[in-house]
Amino acid sequence: MNTEPARDIIYSRLWAEDAEDDDAFTAQACYCSGYDVYGELLERATYPEYLYLLFRGERPTPQIARALEILSIAVANPGPRDASVHAAMCAGVGGSPAAAALMAALAAGAGVSGGAREVIQCMQLWSSCGHRPEAWQDALHAPVANGRMQVWPDAEHPPGFAPHGQRCARPVRQTLSALATCLADGHIAWLAVHRETLEQAAGRPLAMTGVLAAALSDLGLDPAGGEMLTLLLRLPGAAAHALEQGESGFRRFPFFAIDIANDPGQRTDQEQSR
Amino acid sequence: MKESIPLESWEGPLRTTMGGCFPGERAVFRGHDLHADLRDADWMDLYLFGICGRRHTPAQLRVLHAIWVNTSYPDPRLWNNRVAALAGSARSTGILGISAALATSEAAIYGRQIDIAIADFLTRAMAAVRGGRPLAEVVADELRNNRSIGGYGRPVAKSAADERNAVVLALAKREGLADGEHVKLAFAIEEILLTGRWRMRMNYAALAAALALDIGLTSREYYLYLLPAFLAGMPPCYIEACDRPEQATFPLRCAALIYQGPPRRSWAEDSR
Repeated sequence: MNTEPARDIIYSRLWAEDAEDDDAFTAQACYCSGYDVYGELLERATYPEYLYLLFRGERPTPQIARALEILSIAVANPGPRDASVHAAMCAGVGGSPAAAALMAALAAGAGVSGGAREVIQCMQLWSSCGHRPEAWQDALHAPVANGRMQVWPDAEHPPGFAPHGQRCARPVRQTLSALATCLADGHIAWLAVHRETLEQAAGRPLAMTGVLAAALSDLGLDPAGGEMLTLLLRLPGAAAHALEQGESGFRRFPFFAIDIANDPGQRTDQEQSR
Repeated sequence: MKESIPLESWEGPLRTTMGGCFPGERAVFRGHDLHADLRDADWMDLYLFGICGRRHTPAQLRVLHAIWVNTSYPDPRLWNNRVAALAGSARSTGILGISAALATSEAAIYGRQIDIAIADFLTRAMAAVRGGRPLAEVVADELRNNRSIGGYGRPVAKSAADERNAVVLALAKREGLADGEHVKLAFAIEEILLTGRWRMRMNYAALAAALALDIGLTSREYYLYLLPAFLAGMPPCYIEACDRPEQATFPLRCAALIYQGPPRRSWAEDSR
């Protein structure tokens, strides 16, 4: 065995490996936050418990694990009308690599409108406004701060609320209600009681991004962790629809009509050759 | 809650002034017939026309081209390039690896997040100075609000002069495009940052942004123009990783992971 010490080092409070005695590059045991992943977690932990352990470094209480499971189901498939899933289907329909479908879903699902960036912004609001309706009122009506320009476009609606909705969508209310059964004393519980007050303040109905932000905050994630988990949890539906559209083919996928306002029109052959 | 359903009015044909294709017939690009009016265009010219809706002079295009060329480093250690190299090592596709490497270039301590921020700062600083504020005050304000000014200092070589600046500046001089107001402003900011306690030199991000702003790009146009800035350095990283044995690029032994988390524990015992 080569026992030469490693020169290029990765520090982690999350992951450790024991190498095989005769192979420095193959792990014979892997530990996540101190727990033996293949020796113990594999058969004892549930997937939401392991996911929580990865993101928080601690195992969740049964209520928290159940909340994460509910949240995972609620957002796993935003449906083919959602930009992220639609984008994945664009990759699927043309036979692009599977990774391209997920990259497409991540890109279109990352944004400030309906995406993970909206969730991070809403989590920041939960952090600053908490359970004070007047703070939400002020924050939702505050002019956009003139900070350093970012690669993200400016938000065009209050984060966590639906820009075009007429009323709070039933799946959003159902998700909020289901989460409130296991998150009894945090943001979700408060939101379940004060949803209409916040909607009045925002002038818009609560969106799934708002439920996600409240729930992820209750799970103890910081906004950066919440953004990452949002991106991750929304991928299963994108993957499934990309596969479905790949099988279904491009003839059964909308191509949409366009109306080019400044179309110069078709040239004659003579004009073309000039 | 709201009286109308605005999305209804967006159904139907997609209204656009950007263009479209008529398969078997022609393509329209920002109001021009691509295969007639633009068929001989330089790619950079076309790319910028797509972003700005304006055409650029050959001298401007040469400077903007040089900004790309001189920051194309085929070094697979660089974090964005390493993504392309690791994709090659894992025998992924070139486009997947390089697309992800380009996305990685939208970083907070280098690359596109810095680029848009410095272009925006130069624009705001120019407006403030033209409005009569002393530049030193504008710089101090920015440092107070954001703790740093992207475009000055460098994470991997804090005090060294940026090797790209003199090259691109000389080329811009040759093209008569090195003396614009934003370039002068960028150097004036460097002077303040060098003499103050910050000791930060202007890096390539500030000079490139200043040159592009003087050419007339807005901050957002500049951000999109820079999308392929690191691209040319990426395929070599992917290719060479593919030439090495599979999984042999940047191998890490188990001992390379230095664990700093909780001690070993039992899930079963914790649940009792």
